[in-house]
Amino acid sequence: MKPKPNLILSFLAMQTSPISPRTLFDKIWDAHVVSSQAGHPDAFYIDTHFIHEVTSPQAFEGLRQRGLPVARPKQTVATADHNVPTRNQHLPIQEALSRHQVETLIQNCADFGLELYGLGHPNQGIVHVIGPELGITQPGKTYVCGDSHTSTHGAFGAIAFGIGTSEVEMVLATQCLLQHRPKTMKIEINGVLRPGVTSKDLILYIISQIGVAGGTGYFVEYAGQAIRSLSMEARMTICNMSIEMGARGGLIAPDETTFAYVQGREFAPQGADWEKALAYWKTLPSDEGAVYDQVLTYQAEAIEPMITYGTNPGMGIGITGHIPQSQNLPPSEAAQLKKSLAYMQLQEGQKLLGQTIDYVFIGSCTNSRMEDLRLVADLVKGKQKAPNVEVWIIPGSKRVEKQARAEGLDEIFRAAGLNCANRAVRLAWV
Amino acid sequence: MPSNLFKQLRTTAVPLPIENVDTDQIIPARYLKATTREGFGDNLFRDWRYLKDGTPNPDFVLNNPRYRGQILLAGKNFGCGSSREHAAWALADYGFRAVVSSFFADIFQNNALNNQLLPVVVSEEVLSFLMQTVQAHPETECLIDLESQTFQIPALHHATSFALNPYKKMCLMEGLADLDYLLSLRETIAKYEQKQAFW
Repeated sequence: MKPKPNLILSFLAMQTSPISPRTLFDKIWDAHVVSSQAGHPDAFYIDTHFIHEVTSPQAFEGLRQRGLPVARPKQTVATADHNVPTRNQHLPIQEALSRHQVETLIQNCADFGLELYGLGHPNQGIVHVIGPELGITQPGKTYVCGDSHTSTHGAFGAIAFGIGTSEVEMVLATQCLLQHRPKTMKIEINGVLRPGVTSKDLILYIISQIGVAGGTGYFVEYAGQAIRSLSMEARMTICNMSIEMGARGGLIAPDETTFAYVQGREFAPQGADWEKALAYWKTLPSDEGAVYDQVLTYQAEAIEPMITYGTNPGMGIGITGHIPQSQNLPPSEAAQLKKSLAYMQLQEGQKLLGQTIDYVFIGSCTNSRMEDLRLVADLVKGKQKAPNVEVWIIPGSKRVEKQARAEGLDEIFRAAGLNCANRAVRLAWV
Repeated sequence: MPSNLFKQLRTTAVPLPIENVDTDQIIPARYLKATTREGFGDNLFRDWRYLKDGTPNPDFVLNNPRYRGQILLAGKNFGCGSSREHAAWALADYGFRAVVSSFFADIFQNNALNNQLLPVVVSEEVLSFLMQTVQAHPETECLIDLESQTFQIPALHHATSFALNPYKKMCLMEGLADLDYLLSLRETIAKYEQKQAFW
């Protein structure tokens, strides 16, 4: 067990030299500070920049106005993933504005010499699904994208966060951003998750505990036995939703599970480079005694499958729980609860178990990988969906789609009455 | 590129006493299809501002002729959710120059500052006082002074100071952009890259 930080320890940490114990986050951050100048934020180096059609056009326009090239084209990965159709992808996009946005990305990638995994490319997919599956996402590196769920890549022990379009332009032009060092938080989940409780439940539980702004200003490291025992895809789900509690990003220390996932993928280091990379990655986990600005601890056994009842992701309860009563909440939260329950047509104190389900969507950037599809297939195999439920299932990438077909999952879904479409847009946007 | 800067802003304010307003509420995803920065103001708060039939929702504050001005007063955790800069563009394009709240989401705050839209953080008590004042007296004139970092209601002799990163303050006051500074570091960046073992 690492010692719990307290005010005295935090104070001492400020007084000690740079060789004091460092967190995983500190190690990666320190290695990417290009320049520190008094009165300015740090110039922070970005190893890989993911771009897509929605948040990049104005950034390319900015480069044109200044007559600048893309500084490091080989460190820029482009895909069309937000504003693309799920059906008839071989035909021109029918909706004019969407077509224009995708065509603008194609033109920009051609003009600035960038590789594009566009519609029809075998590597195309949701940016946070393809980075990991291609082996682009690796421990110790930094990733940004004009998309808040860029935090997904932190599952590999990387610093990854979402940025705005002005920042997309900065990274295209210089491969750097100006950044103030965020605070660090450790969220430790001890114990073992109960059967039927997934990593999505785990993160929804955490958000229900600390709220949608509980992580604002922080980079969160998830640790503890329950996290260590998760697969890479389950870890991605956790880090993906860091932004739903307001955190800048989330990350998990790389371990044997991480290394086994990365090894052999298309863009992973090979041969002697692999050995060197592996030796470096093994130095990354937080040192004994490293100090965080805040530490929260939970017990995995306390977590049930979660349901959200309201209009933000912090409004979640365990499957056997009841919607809170406004009288037990502070006035501002009570007002928000009433407003969201009016919208959802639910009552205070009500149980959600037994409510009819209208829609099921599997295909967000949080959950559209092979493990998610296999889990759904296990649940529906040999069964029929109820007539009142509409179900959509959309693989997160072309590779996931191909693998799902190879495993016959599409047949299982269709036989159960589910709607399947090509990989496409996510429900959780940008 | 920075333009249209202000050192002082003197205007009335529009109250939006809702917490956790996310960027999809500021500008819904289906309106992000433009490839320029202009025009997003038309769809600012689209689903609150217009009824399903496309007519203005008379209950929404932007459609209430009592409230006008270039300052938006908003509940805490404003701008959470998606990273879309379109939210800052929509607010600026509509005509807002500053948003006052007790708490802003990280990415929104950066995006706002990169578009000369000033996020002003005040305490919950002050925010509540400002909301009540403006709701009761929509004609109340507010003054934001960047140099002294104060939010003032001159008629009430009220002044609240707000924090602002000194670097960002300099950028706003002198019309500098982060990109200008980063471009000045190009040689340093190239040297940094040469020292790295892996990419």
